[in-house]
This record gives sequence, C-alpha cells and structure tokens, in this order.
Amino acid sequence: MKEKIESILNKYNNDPSRLMDILLDIMENSGYVDEFSISVIAESLNISVAQVKETISFYHFFSEKPRAKYNIFLNNSITSCLRGFKEVKEAFETEAGTSFGNLTEDGLIGLYETSCIGMNDQGPAAIINDKIFTNLTPYRARKIINDIKAGKKLEELVYENHGDGNNAHPLMNTMVYNHIRKKSILLDENYEKFDVIKNELKNISPQELIQTIEDSNLRGRGGAGFPTGLKWKFGSRMPGEHRVIICNADEGEPGTFKDRVMLTQFNDLVFEGMVLAAYATKADIGVLYLRYEYKYMLNYLNSVLDNMRKENLLGEDISGIEGFKFDIRIQLGAGAYVCGEESALIESMEGKRGEPRDKPPFPVEKGYMDYPTIVNNVETLASAVKIAKNGAKWYNSFGTKDSLGTKLLSVSGDCRFPGIYEVEWGTSIREVLEMAGAHNVQAVQVGGPSGTLVNVKDIDNLSKTELMKWYKPSGMMTAQTAFDRKLSYSDLPTGGSIIIFNKDRDILREVVMNFMDFFIEESCGSCSTCRNLPRIMKEKLEKIINGHGVRDDIDDLLNWGKIIKLSRCGLGQTAANPILSSILNFRHLYEDHVMAMTDYDNQFDIVKSVSPANSFVGRKFIHNHS
Amino acid sequence: MSEEIKFKIDGKEIIAKKGQTIVEAAKDNGVYIPTLCNFEGVKPKGSCRICSVKVNNRFMTSCTTPAAPGMEVYNNTTEISDLRKSIIELLFVSGNHFCPACEKSGNCELQGLAYKYQMMVPRFPYSFKKHGVIATGPKLLKEQDRCILCQRCMKTIKDESGKRYYAFHNRGTKLEVVMDEEMSKTIPDELARQAMKNCPVGSIIYKEIGFAEPIGTRKFDKQSIGSEIETN
Repeated sequence: MKEKIESILNKYNNDPSRLMDILLDIMENSGYVDEFSISVIAESLNISVAQVKETISFYHFFSEKPRAKYNIFLNNSITSCLRGFKEVKEAFETEAGTSFGNLTEDGLIGLYETSCIGMNDQGPAAIINDKIFTNLTPYRARKIINDIKAGKKLEELVYENHGDGNNAHPLMNTMVYNHIRKKSILLDENYEKFDVIKNELKNISPQELIQTIEDSNLRGRGGAGFPTGLKWKFGSRMPGEHRVIICNADEGEPGTFKDRVMLTQFNDLVFEGMVLAAYATKADIGVLYLRYEYKYMLNYLNSVLDNMRKENLLGEDISGIEGFKFDIRIQLGAGAYVCGEESALIESMEGKRGEPRDKPPFPVEKGYMDYPTIVNNVETLASAVKIAKNGAKWYNSFGTKDSLGTKLLSVSGDCRFPGIYEVEWGTSIREVLEMAGAHNVQAVQVGGPSGTLVNVKDIDNLSKTELMKWYKPSGMMTAQTAFDRKLSYSDLPTGGSIIIFNKDRDILREVVMNFMDFFIEESCGSCSTCRNLPRIMKEKLEKIINGHGVRDDIDDLLNWGKIIKLSRCGLGQTAANPILSSILNFRHLYEDHVMAMTDYDNQFDIVKSVSPANSFVGRKFIHNHS
Repeated sequence: MSEEIKFKIDGKEIIAKKGQTIVEAAKDNGVYIPTLCNFEGVKPKGSCRICSVKVNNRFMTSCTTPAAPGMEVYNNTTEISDLRKSIIELLFVSGNHFCPACEKSGNCELQGLAYKYQMMVPRFPYSFKKHGVIATGPKLLKEQDRCILCQRCMKTIKDESGKRYYAFHNRGTKLEVVMDEEMSKTIPDELARQAMKNCPVGSIIYKEIGFAEPIGTRKFDKQSIGSEIETN
C-alpha cells in the first residue's frame, strides 16, 4: 500500500504543485483517498494533513470516504431535468435500493448527483466509472443497475452503438454523439492538419503572427470576450523564466458542450492553436486543462499529442524552427465549475483549491507558478489557426462590425435538433430557434445561468428606475421583439450556451430554482457575498413561489443582487442573475405569486394552518383573513 | 528612496509609497477603511469584501488593489457604507454570534464593525445553522458558530517548516476552517496564544483562561474600531 502511494508520489517528484495529479492517481487506484494515503502524502510533500484534505474536499470527484465499485454520477442540470431527470433518478434509487448521496450496503453501487457534464444535447446523462451513458430513461437506468448486480463489467453495460466521428475511435469508444448541425469556417473540414506549423510559421515572425490575430479582432470565445491578440501581446512582453499557454477546456457553464465537440473532432486545431500561441509569445510550457467530466477523451487526446511529438510538431526545434521549444501536457480537473475562471484554473493546476485570485496581477503578468500565462478558450485557439492560415481580412468578412467571425452555439432544451451550430455573429435568436426547430417558445436562456432572462415589456418600465441603473440585462428573453436581438458583443454577448424553454415550463419553479442550486453548489465559498447570498436569495424566492411573498420581497431580491456584485470573480458576481434577470423579464410571474393586498410579511397564515383541523371537526371560520 | 504616489480618497489627497495597497496608504494618511480578512504582514486575499471601495465606478477590494497615481477612490459614501453593513449582516446571520457570552466581546472586530455601521436587526433572515465546536487539541478550541472564514489563521499560524495548522474544508455553504488534528496536539504555547489574537472574532479560543479582562474594559469598549487611524 505504502509502496504504491510512494511510487505515485515519485512519479510527480514529490511536488506539492502536482497534488491534483497525485490525488487523481490515488482515486483511480483505490477509489478514494484514505487516511493513511493522506498522511503519507502530507509527510512526503511537507504539508499538513489538513492542507491535503483542503484540496480533496474542494473537488466533487475526490473523496475521503470509500466510494462504490460502480459510481453513478447523474447530471442534474436544467436540460437533464427537462428530459426526465426526476424519473431516471427514481428508477436508479428504487432499483439500487439506496438514495442519492449514498452507497448500497454491499458497496457495489454509489449514486451521486453532479452539475452539468456537457451532455445537454443527449441528456439525461450519467458518468459511470468515467464512462458516459447518454439518453437515459427509467428503463435504461433499471437495466444498468440489474446488469451491475448480475456482475457484468463496465463495458458490458453498454448496448448502444458508439457515437459518430472520433467518438468511435478505439481509445474513446463512447456512445456520445457530436451533433454538429451547422458548419461554417471553423468547423469546415477542408483543411490540412497542422499546415500552419509545418509550412507557415517559418515564414512569419512572432510579431507578425500577433499582428494578424490583432487585426482579425478575435475575442475570447469563453464568454468574456477579451481581445486575443492583445492578450498574446501582453504575454509576449512580460519578463519571465518561462511562459505558459493554457487551453481552458473546463467548460462548466450549464448548457455548454462546444468544447466537447471541438476536442473530439477538431483537437488538432486546438493543439495547433496552442503551438501558434507559444510561437507568438515565446512560451515553452503548454497545458490543456481538461474537465474531469471529459476524462473519457484523455487517452485519445494523449495519443494525438504523442503523434505530434513524433512529427516534431511538439518538442525541440519544432518544425525545424531553431530554438522553438514547446510541449503540452493534459491536466485533468476534478469537478469544480469555478475552475473555468482562469485564475482559479491556475490555482487548481498548482494543486490547490480552485479559488479565483485577486486581480491585479492578471495571469498574463503572474500566472501559473508566477510565470506569465496566457489562458485561452478551446474555440479561441482553434479559430486562431484558421485566421493564421487565411488571414485577418478573410476573417473580418464574417460577422458584424463590432463582432467579427463566427461563434459556436451549444443549443439545447425544448427543440427538435439540439447540438452545435456554428453561426456568424449577428445571427438573431429567432434564426437560432428556427434552425433548431423550436416551437411554442416561452423563454431562451442565452449564456447559461450566469447569463440572463428578458421580457421587453418590463424592461422599458424597470430600466428607468434607480434600482435598475446598475444592472444591464443581457440574456433570457420572452417577447417577440426580444427574439430579434442579435448575438454580438454589443447586444447579446455569449459563451455559446443557448437553452430553450417552451410554454409548458414553470420558469421560476423549474428553471430559476435549478440555476440557483447550481450556483450554491459550485461557489468556492471564499467571498462572504457569494457564499451566503445565493442561498438566502433562493430561500426568499421559495417563499414567494410558495405564496408567502409580498411586494417588498421582490425589491429585497433586487437590492440584495447588488451586494453580490462585490464578489471577487465572475461566478460570484453573476450568481444572482437567474433571479435578477427573471424579475427583470418575467416580473409578472413574481407578481402572480406575491400577496398583492398586503405589504407586510404574514408568513404564518392561521386560517390556512388550522383549516385541515376545522374541516375535520366540521367547524367553519367566520372571520375572513385579509 | 521610494517613489511617491498621489491619489484621492473621497476628495482628500493621499500620499502613498510605491507598492502600497489602497488600504495601507489610507491608514498612513489617517483614513480608515474597514478590514476583516486583511492582516498586516501577509499577502492579502480579498475574501471578506468589507474593504470594497469604488474606483473608476468599479468596486475593488482596497486590501488587494495597489495605489495608482491619480486614482479617485470613494470610501465613505452612503452606497458603500450600506454595502459594508450588509456584509456585516451576512456574516452575522450565517453564523451564531452571541456577543454577551463570547470571550472576544469587546475585542471582536466583527462586533466593532457592527457598532460602527450601526447594525440593528439584520435585513437577512438568520440561518440558525449549527456549526459545532472542535476542541480536540490541548490548548485551543475552534468555535465554528463564530468563524467568518477570513483565512487569517490559515495565513499566519504555521510551524517552522511552513506547514499550516489551519485549512479550509469543503466549499460553498459547507465551507469551514478546521485545525489539523495531529499538529494541534503539539502547538507551542506562544503560537496558540497568537492564533487567538489573530482571529478577528471569537472563533479561536485559548483554553483554560477566560474573561481575564472584564467586558467593558476591552479595546473597542473604550474606543470605536478605526478611531485610532482616523485623524478627523
């Protein structure tokens, strides 16, 4: 036992900054990190036991307690709920004979809920021992449990065909489908792999490459939209012993799955983009931060990197360019939405809790191990390759004046064709709905839970009030005119998550509550604001939904939403958006629930409370409570 | 030879040394900005958010933001005071703070700030969550009801080799600061006393001695928090 742990520790040179990898290996080896392993790790890395547990307890997929032989992580995101999450969950529980959050007595099966796993187009989905199971039904859930009980192996639980494209690659062999519905310049397959590294790089200087990216006006496709060329330029000018390129593949915003498809089908573009970024900024360290949920791709992606090394596309003197040295390793996450924030991602890569850092300094100044670090989204890096190949002018011929190029949309929810749509910036919501085959639409969530929810009628009234001046609406929409709004940095910026809700959906009870649960679950807890307020606001919303709210409660929610803007990172600052944007755009739903005739909070309704007793004994209450 | 930086807080000219944060510069110039998680001598981590100020119409934590020439900082405005008060209230309702029974009463910075910002009844409902007490070590106990998760103990209480006595556990609403069980058994007496002293509230308590200094004669009983810094 001790030898095994020590061999793992030696593999990572007893380096505390590799604690994530050490823990991942131990989880893989024994299913959980036991007290003995923790004490060995602590001693070898010269940190306290409490410090080791600090990292373990932060991540969803690490455990200090024994887990089962088969661990079923069922995704509870909103798109999963729209497609029968509750029934599937019940089927798992009934058949396994235990409830979620627990193991069966024999330790065979463990049931856990988990936040969005990037399978919104084929949910409800679950991860069972790192393998993905999509399109689950209660029948399928029962079958899985019965097969496990019958002693079948993990591979034998699968009856489905493997998915399309590289999903069928022997190293992946997964039932996941790409669902590419619309291709444009990025998803166009007519290009030669690694052509830019092989044939173009030697003819251009790093400065010229940066200039091309700057001229293309490419902006970060993760959602924040920072100009990529500028980021590269800053990074290239920062002094440092090493420079680092990180590809952020920790897409965790519910409803986003474009990185999954990019890494499955266009990983060569992503890796090539990293090499270009390294060339431009003279970086020598490359890391792909892959979310744990996508671990099923790990072996396959590593094989792609191996082939690149063989072809001298990574390593020393890359492609014959003297002195150009760069390699890429894959860092696996362990289940934490906040690690999609670039500085939290860096903390995680250093073996710590994924807690966002204070800025300044920004990662381009002091990032991974204090080296200048450029963190780019998967889609951004892939786009950079197409730009380097075809030129900035070509790229500028797509999109609108303020938002150039194309964007990958992850469309899910109530529509006939959920999947990936590559659209030019400037495409309207109405067009997206038509493409996806969505009818009877009540609302569209643009940009995931941290985006917003809009009803044009109310915007006009509310935006004039003092309260609303600080709050700019951007995402969820109802009214017809709102659907004509365009996806662009000036109107509706987005990381690409589009979730559609039809008119049968209960926006407050189903959607907003689900989003609030997500933010409460995924907060790192560091800031006093984001740790406490989402919970308090959700409880207030529950009070309103349950018919105990008064008008003042709505104003309270709006006011409290302002306090949360004091949080350190984007997750915290937007954690109240589901409530704020739904008040802004679905005010009528709140008005329907609150007690309009009273301005004080009478949570306790005596007439209602004693009515069952009254009806039982046949007594009538004379006074009408008002 | 350190460079001087000039900037303004609420219109008052502040002269700072290069590299100073807003909060440090403010202190040197007789302007009080409230802090809880910040601790002199260790790297700031803006986690309590109480020192938030407005710079260029954006909220920044003044403990982490370096002073820059020409900055216009807003500190004492109605808006910011109310936001700070709301943070104090959040910390009160998420824990269980019974000041009259607390060893730290009068020396407690959270209590001091609650008085300063005139907190009466918090605007948020109390959670009344039970947090428990960790009292396994011989010298210290950790009263989790009172912990505001400021990380001061995590940052300052370490052994010679840099190992931390305190660490976070879990995340989000379940987040707590725990003490390393093994290390707590052998913590030197002086460090244990320091741990209690560094805690801004009454979460870390040195065992065996209680109320040696009577309530009513303690630091903030005599003067309000921050008054030693404020010049006018």
